[in-house]
Order: sequence, then structure tokens, then C-alpha cells
Amino acid sequence: MSRTVTDVICPFCGTLCDDIEVVVSDDGRKLHEVYNACAIGAEKFLHSQAKDRITRPRMRQDDGSWKEITYDEAIDYTARILVNAKKPLMYGWSSTNCEAQAIGSEIGEVVGAVVDNTATVCHGTSLIAVQDIGIPSCTLGEVKNRADRILFWGCNPAHAHPRHMSRYSIFPRGFFTGKGHTARKVIVVDPRPTDTANVADIHLQVEQGRDYELFDAFRVAFKGEQLPDFVAGIPKEKIYEAAEMLKSGRFVIIFFGMGVTQSLGKNHNIDAAIAVTRDLNEYTKAAIMPMRGHYNVTGSGQVWGWLFGFPYAVDLSRGFARYNPGETTANDLLRRDEVDAVLVIASDPGAHFPFSSVRKIYELPSVAIDPHETPTTEVCKVHVPVAFVGVEVGGCAYRMDNVPIETRKVVEPPDGMMTDEEFLRRVLERIKELQGV
Amino acid sequence: MAEYLIKNGFVFDPVIGIRGDIADIAIKDCKFVETSEVKDPKVIDAAGKTVMAGGVDVHAHVAGPKVNVGRNFRPEDKLFTYKPRSGVERMQGGFSVPTTIRTGYNYARMGYTTVMEAAMPPLYARHTHEEIRDTPILDQGAYPVFGNNWFVLEYLRNDEIENTAAYVAWLLRATKGYAVKVVNPGGTEAWGWGLNCENIHDPVPYFNITPAQIVKGLIEANEYLGLPHSMHIHANNLGNPGNYTTTLDTFRLSEGIRPRSKFGRDQVMHHTHVQFHSYGGDSWANFESKAPEIIDYVNSHDNITIDLGAVTLDETTTMTADGPFEHHLTELNHLKWANTDVELETGSGVVPYIYSPSIKVCAIQWCIGLELALLAKDPMRVFLSTDHPNAGPFTRYPRIMKWLMSEEARNQQIDSFKYRDKVIDATNLAGIDRELDLYEIAQMTRAGPAKALGLSQIYGGLAPGLDADVAVYDFNPNEPYAPDDIETAFSSAEHLFKTGVQVIRDHEIVSNGNKRTLWVNAKVNENPQVMRDVREKFLRYYTVTLNNYEVSGHYLPNPYVIEVDATQ
Amino acid sequence: MAIRVNLITGRTIQQGVSMEAGKEKPAYTAACGIIELDPTDFRKLGAFRGTNVRVTSDYGSVVVKAVEATQGPHPGIAFIPMGPWANMVVNPNTYSTGMPTFKGTPVTVEVARNEPVLNSLELVRKGCRGELAS
Repeated sequence: MSRTVTDVICPFCGTLCDDIEVVVSDDGRKLHEVYNACAIGAEKFLHSQAKDRITRPRMRQDDGSWKEITYDEAIDYTARILVNAKKPLMYGWSSTNCEAQAIGSEIGEVVGAVVDNTATVCHGTSLIAVQDIGIPSCTLGEVKNRADRILFWGCNPAHAHPRHMSRYSIFPRGFFTGKGHTARKVIVVDPRPTDTANVADIHLQVEQGRDYELFDAFRVAFKGEQLPDFVAGIPKEKIYEAAEMLKSGRFVIIFFGMGVTQSLGKNHNIDAAIAVTRDLNEYTKAAIMPMRGHYNVTGSGQVWGWLFGFPYAVDLSRGFARYNPGETTANDLLRRDEVDAVLVIASDPGAHFPFSSVRKIYELPSVAIDPHETPTTEVCKVHVPVAFVGVEVGGCAYRMDNVPIETRKVVEPPDGMMTDEEFLRRVLERIKELQGV
Repeated sequence: MAEYLIKNGFVFDPVIGIRGDIADIAIKDCKFVETSEVKDPKVIDAAGKTVMAGGVDVHAHVAGPKVNVGRNFRPEDKLFTYKPRSGVERMQGGFSVPTTIRTGYNYARMGYTTVMEAAMPPLYARHTHEEIRDTPILDQGAYPVFGNNWFVLEYLRNDEIENTAAYVAWLLRATKGYAVKVVNPGGTEAWGWGLNCENIHDPVPYFNITPAQIVKGLIEANEYLGLPHSMHIHANNLGNPGNYTTTLDTFRLSEGIRPRSKFGRDQVMHHTHVQFHSYGGDSWANFESKAPEIIDYVNSHDNITIDLGAVTLDETTTMTADGPFEHHLTELNHLKWANTDVELETGSGVVPYIYSPSIKVCAIQWCIGLELALLAKDPMRVFLSTDHPNAGPFTRYPRIMKWLMSEEARNQQIDSFKYRDKVIDATNLAGIDRELDLYEIAQMTRAGPAKALGLSQIYGGLAPGLDADVAVYDFNPNEPYAPDDIETAFSSAEHLFKTGVQVIRDHEIVSNGNKRTLWVNAKVNENPQVMRDVREKFLRYYTVTLNNYEVSGHYLPNPYVIEVDATQ
Repeated sequence: MAIRVNLITGRTIQQGVSMEAGKEKPAYTAACGIIELDPTDFRKLGAFRGTNVRVTSDYGSVVVKAVEATQGPHPGIAFIPMGPWANMVVNPNTYSTGMPTFKGTPVTVEVARNEPVLNSLELVRKGCRGELAS
């Protein structure tokens, strides 16, 4: 027999859907079916059931093979590399719960680590821009209930946030938006005619890397000033048309993604995007929101915000918190050989950092805490498999609009597996023993 | 648990009515007891020192989403303010928006033990509670905001007090909230469309209700339930020249309503940060103080309490659920602006602000905050606050005490203003020679707020039976002192006990305390209509499901639940 | 024959699904060990769809399978889904922002019919040990 667990939170992307239904065996040990989730989310739940899953820590041998070790040995190894390092890097944090993040923060304090999260390769530049100019934003329900102008800039939710458009942005019928998508106008700015662009009223195929110019052109167009014939490859008539479409809306929302945060210009692109939003508030109501990737990268920025005052790239190595992107960010530290041990948790820099950074991790004492086998576990000295947060253990996560939701445990982890939180708590205890405090 | 005896201090306590006489205070098992009840106490020698109950802050923005926006978007606020980890103390940083760790420690250093978070967006309640959990030492509660909530607007449009009350009770439980907070009633909902409600009769777009109806209805719902605290309001039209008429209009909405609460409070409306609501003139050019008009009303109506929102002349970070106001402010000062509108519930904004003594308006604001306190007839109804961090950081409370207790200190400040004469013309402060004494300070910072919160059975005094929250300050009121000595002494308590645990010894933090989170569990009769409305709104308009809305006990490791029975 | 194109990286739904199913699995290689090229660029390259190609930038080199753009046309732009293959060649410079330049790396694409596309674990392992052909 089986039973259905409802209102389950999907631990994949920042959309943080909370209407998933999962069918589990009566004893809560097997997960059979996943309903309502997108293809990626469903796969995430189902992968926890993989037969070939690694369930015990393992250590890389000199000959390159793995040797199974106990959790106690893994705890000791982790504590020792952190204690012995002058400036360890503790990276990741985005696919685990806030409870684990809070303990990790305390470990960082105790050993004097640099803590950084996946925003560093995602929306870190957005966070810098917010520090420059602020951010007028809203919750996703405001979009659903009010927005009649939707602008996706440099993001492709059809692929990266598959249920975003149906739950929040384009299609849902809300309080003041009872006609759903028929009463909304959608603009997509992207150098490719993406699957998201296919559902747009206007697609502006911007020349790659020229987003800043196009944002500025919008600001010019709002004021009715003169534009050159083409800006960033877009004819001025189309820019005026899109600008007018935005100004004539009652509630404008701009969603933006890696297209602007990772292209040259970086944080300055986002400055310009936010300035566009500020300008629009002279004419109507407008808000802007980063399309956060990992389901709890936002939470990690919140936890460090209240504990340290900075959302990412926090250097605790001097005994107090410092923040200076470009200096205290993970890739810069790795590439400049400024860290001497690496702990990776709940993320995969092995797959998602430029290879020159990955090679540095390989050269250092390193541990990867991750339920999956990944390119990161492949280059680290120790791999600690843990329970899946949001599947096998609950805990707090923050959606892309910073709304916190408590994720649910739906099945038991394999026997004897630790959670991130338990493992880190034990590491912290061991560190205090080693330090004699 | 250890017993303590704090001996021979100058005790100031409005609860037992002691005005600086020498007395001993005994602690046993978390509570104050008669001195005869302690057998083998640890003795704290307080001779020549001032002894007061732990401070109670009725209104500060110290935990939650907008506070964290303030932290994360102002790295500059951490410059030169970081304190490394040492002893039991964890790392601490930030000036106007300190980290949670620093918030707890800095309040404790001032001798405060209870602090209420003034505005919790219900949808973000978990965030607020996570920060509260990570704020050491202090007992805290949080006020969910109701003044722009769609349920409330729809019920009160039809004058449905009972349904409003049932919804309030439900939301307090769902969010683990403490009181009914109202911020710019109707105006923040209007801000959903970029609009505002500028006076109490300005209708809310679409909802067809006025701010006056919202305020009056929420007062009535609050008294229907008999909650510990009264309706707690930040009125419309904050921060604008000439807004004092809106404030008086708002005050008048409480006329004829008496408290119906067994928690011992006398007010039905607490109006917060009244400094921001006491402005005359019709432009920044003829901006002036209307504090006398405002405080006259308060003095003559005993069903109202207020807090000051006193300006401290610092660079700070403004933050409020008054979304349209923050947009207005960023248009004025052109500094960075963050805004978050929250579905069906509220909104908020954050903008840095520099209260410069060289700017006439800022200097006038400073005068107004102090005038309200100095013209108050009943310090049990007028509380010290800075609306932290809006008018200045809470760490300046001792400086405000100095200004309130010393005409000399005030005159020094006035004389240093760039536009001294214009400021004097636009205000009344220069003509006020009143100097508050420590008994009145204890009323404004301990006994008064505790009573208004409906918590006088646990906080605010030194009487046996109350929780043993007590501060010893290195200050001898009977010896001559310079004004700055006040600020120095009250910035750093020599000893502090929180619920019987010594958290500060010889000015050093020695314990992270035993913090609790207060919330109000109000029982009401079953109300199928409200529950049906709740289900429907979640199904159709919220982006989280009803089953994922309520804050679980997981977020409150050490709760203190205040039970209210409104089923009769 | 080699062509010069502007490389961008990013998510695809196949990348997401196969990543969650296990990065050691062939499906992940099939989803991410590819480069999406515009038909006009395929013509210039003179290659069939499904041919292995070597992609080289100032920062590295990697062998992936060339496929036709799924979200095109975008002449002059090439797309490799985010992952270890793309990260062999992207511009790692952060220009003091912390953010590597994952989008907008000029690359050369040439046919490499006989060179294999490695799976993700092999790729980083060999890369770290200096065992990759270039």
C-alpha cells in the first residue's frame, strides 16, 4: 500500500513550488511517484531512490581509487583540514536548509574561513548592484495578482524555472488579473529566440553582451528622447514600442537572469536594469526580481545577512567579517591560490566553476558533502554523502522572492545516513575539541 | 538556580513606587522575591549605583526581511563597526542595522531585556522568527501587520468585527505573532498600484474602504479579543509637513473606546514614532513642530499611549511597511531604495538616510522628538524609542536619556546647529527647562511599555513575582555629574540579569542568556466563514499553499505563549 | 575547417533533468557535452549534425558533439549548456566582480571526428591530472 503526501516543497530551483504531491510506501521508506513537479523536480525526488546511490563516506586513495570510511572518520578529516588551514574556503550552501547554513556559519567563525555561496557564479553581481542602487521588488503573488507587463531579460524560465510562467508570471489568473495571460503583455530580451521568447509579444534579440546599452536606451525612450537607429542590434522603433508597452502597464515586473549577470558589464548591467525599474515607477508601478537558481541560495544570503551583514563572499579569516567581491569571492581566491583547504557543501563547483578553479580544488585538502556523485566529489579527497534536503529531511528554504518556506521530509534516508545539519554539528563539536575550547 | 541579592543600590522602580531610595533586590528561581526569601545569595554590591528593571522596547525593527535587506544592501554600515569573536561573544557588526548577535548584546549592554519587533509581514513570519532565534539574551515578540491585509479590508468594509477578530486570532497563531500592527492603513495596499492614502478619509483603491474604517475596526477587533497589547499604529501621511492633523484625526478614532483586556493596560491605541507625525507647515521651507498640539491631545486622553521615534542625528537606515513613504524618501534624498510588496498583506521599503545637524529639517525633527517627551504629563504613557533604526539606532537611547535629563546637553546641541535660529523659531524645545529624573526614565523605558504591552505581570518592575530582569548602572544620581556621564553609564550596564541569569558581569557579557519568543494564542469561537475565506484566498491568490503557511514550533525553540480566551 | 563564434552557456531542461539523475550517467554527457550551432555556422564549418568538434578558447579546449541550435536562429553565437564541458573553455576572469565571464567567450570550433566526448567525471579527473589531449 502507499500514501500520498501533499503540499510538498520542491528542492530544485528558486521557484520553490510547494504544491508537489508525492506517493510513498506506507512505511515511508520508498518514494513511488511525484505529481505536479516539472521534469527536473520530479527527477530530483526520484533520484533519491537510485539503486546505485552512495550511502557511506569515502576517501580517495593514492592510487586514485575510493575507500569507504566511517562518518566519524569523515568528521575528523573535515574538522582537521579546517582547523589546520590558515584560510579555508567553505563553499556552496545553496542546496541545503537554513539550519545547516547557520551551523556552517558558526564553523566558519570558529576556524576563520571564507564562506561563499553559489551566488558567486549566479546572482552575486545582482547583489553588488543592489548595494549600489537598491531594488524595488515584490513577492511572486504580487506578480500573479497584479502584473500586466512581464519582461524577461537574459533569462529562460521555460528551461531553468519550468513552472515559473504557469505559477506566477505569464499564465496564472490572480485577483486583479482574472483574464490570465490574455491580459498580460510579455517582452523577452535575449540573444537567442528562446522557448520563453516564443510565448512573448515582443522579442528583442539583443546582441550578446550589449545589455547595458539596451537598458540605457529604454531609459532614453521612457523620456521620449532621441535614440540612434539601432541600439545593441535592435531598431529604435522596436525599443520605443517596447518602452511604451511597459509604461502603459498598471504593474510592470522585470525578471532577469544569467544573461545579464554573467555577461561583460556584470553588476553594471543590473544597475541599469534596476534604474529602468526605478524610472518606470515615475509612470506606473514597477518591480524587478532576480531569477534565483538553487532553491535555497537566497536563504544562505539571508542567514549570512543576519549573522554577518553580507549576503555572500564573507571572509571571516581575520576574526571578523569582511566582504569584497573580486577579492573574497570563491573563484578569485582559488585562482590566486589564496585558500589552503576547501569544503564544498550542497553545490557542484566541479561542474559549474571554470576549470582553472576546479583544478585548484583538486590540489588542496578537500571534502565534498553532497548526496550525489558529481565532478566535485571526483576532485575532492573525501566525499560525504548525506540525506537529500527537502526529500529525506525538512528545514527552511527561501524562495527567489525571499519568502521562507519550511521544506518537508517525505521519505526516510537510507539507513545510517547523516543529514547536512547533523554532520556539520558533529564537525563543529570536533573542531572545538581539537582547538581545546 | 542561583540566588542573588543586589544590595544597597539607588533603586528606581515605578512598579513598587521607589524613587532612588537605597534598597536591596533579591532574585530566586528566575523571579524577584522578598529579600527574606533568599538564604545563601550571591551578593552584588550596588552601593552608589543605580538599579532599574530590565528595559522594555515597545517598538524597534530588529528582525525580519526588511531588516535583513538593510543589512545586506548596506555593506558600508559595517565599516569600522566590526567586533571579533571573544569569550562567549560571537562576531558582531553593523551600526544602524546590526547583526542579530550584536542586536542582542547591544540591547543587553544598555540594560534592556525585552524588545518587540515592530512589523512582521505575515508571509515572512518564518524569517522574522529565524532572526529572533539567533538574537541572544532578549525576550522578543513580533507584531504582524494588518492594516493593508485583504481579509481585513474586506471584512471591515462591511463592518464585520467578529470576522475580523477571528481572522486576527487565526493569523496571530499562524505567524506566532504578538499584537495587531497597522502601518499606513490602506496606503500600502494603494502602493500596490503606485498610489497612497494621504489622510484617514482617502479611500483605498478597489477595496472601497477608508483608513479611518480600518483603524477603528481593528481597535474594535482588538478589544473584542481582549489581546494583551492594544492596536499599534503608524498612521497615514508619515513624514510630511502638515501631517499633524492626520495624526490628530487618527487619535480621535479611539475616542469613546475603552480597553477590554484582562492584561492591565489602559490604552486602546498605541501610536508609534509620533515624532514623524507631529509636523506643521505646508512645505520643507516652513516646516515646524506641532509637538505641543499632539502631546496636548495625548495628555488629555488616557486611552492612548505613544512612543517618541526620537531623531538622534546619525546616518541610519530607514525601513518601514509604509512602502509609498520610502519611495517618497528616495525621491527626496536620491539614495538607494529597496521595496518589497507582499501579496494580500503588506509592503515595505528601505532607504538610507542621514540626519545631518546642518540640515534645518533634521534639526527640527530632533527637537520634536524631545519635545514630545518633555511636554508629556504622564511618562507611563509616553515611551522612549527611536523607531530603530528609522530615527536613529537604538544604541543611542542613552544619549536621548542625556538630552531628556539635561537642559545643558540640549542647549549644547541646539547651539551647534547650522541653522540654530531658524530651528529655534520653528520649535519649542529651547524654551523647555524640564529635566526628567531617573524615575521618569524608568517609567518611559520599563514600567510604561511593559504595562502597555499587557506584560506588567512579568516585566517592567522589581516587585516580587516579576521576572528577574534587572540592570545595575555605574551611576550615582546623588553626586554631581556631567551630562555625558549619563550617556556613558547607561550605555554599559555594570551588571544585568535576565530571567534570573546573570548575562553581564562587570560590564562584560558572560552568558547568551535564555531568550524566549512571546506570542499570543487567542481562542475564538469556531468561525466557518472565516476559515472558508482563508481556504479560498490561499487557493486562488496566495503563492504558497495554506498547509505551508503556518509557522511551526520548529522556529520557536523557546516559546512563551500568552493565552487569551475570547470564546465567551 | 574552423570557425570563430561567440560562446554562451546556460541552462536547458535536459541539462537540469540529467544533472539531477546523476552527472556520472551518459544522459548528462548527451545533454551537456554538446555545442549548439546555427545552421549558417554549420555550413561554414562544413560539418554534419552530430559530429564531434573541438572547441578552443584562450582559456582551454574541449571536445563536444555539434548539434543544431534548438532555440535559434542565432548566427555567430554558439551555446554549450552549463557544465564541465563549457567550463573548460569559458573566460574565467571575474574582472574584480567575483563572477567569471560565463557568457561571451570567443571560441574556435573545428571538426574532431575521431576524438571522444568524455563523460563529466572523466573530463575533470583527466583535466586535473593533466591527462587531456589538446
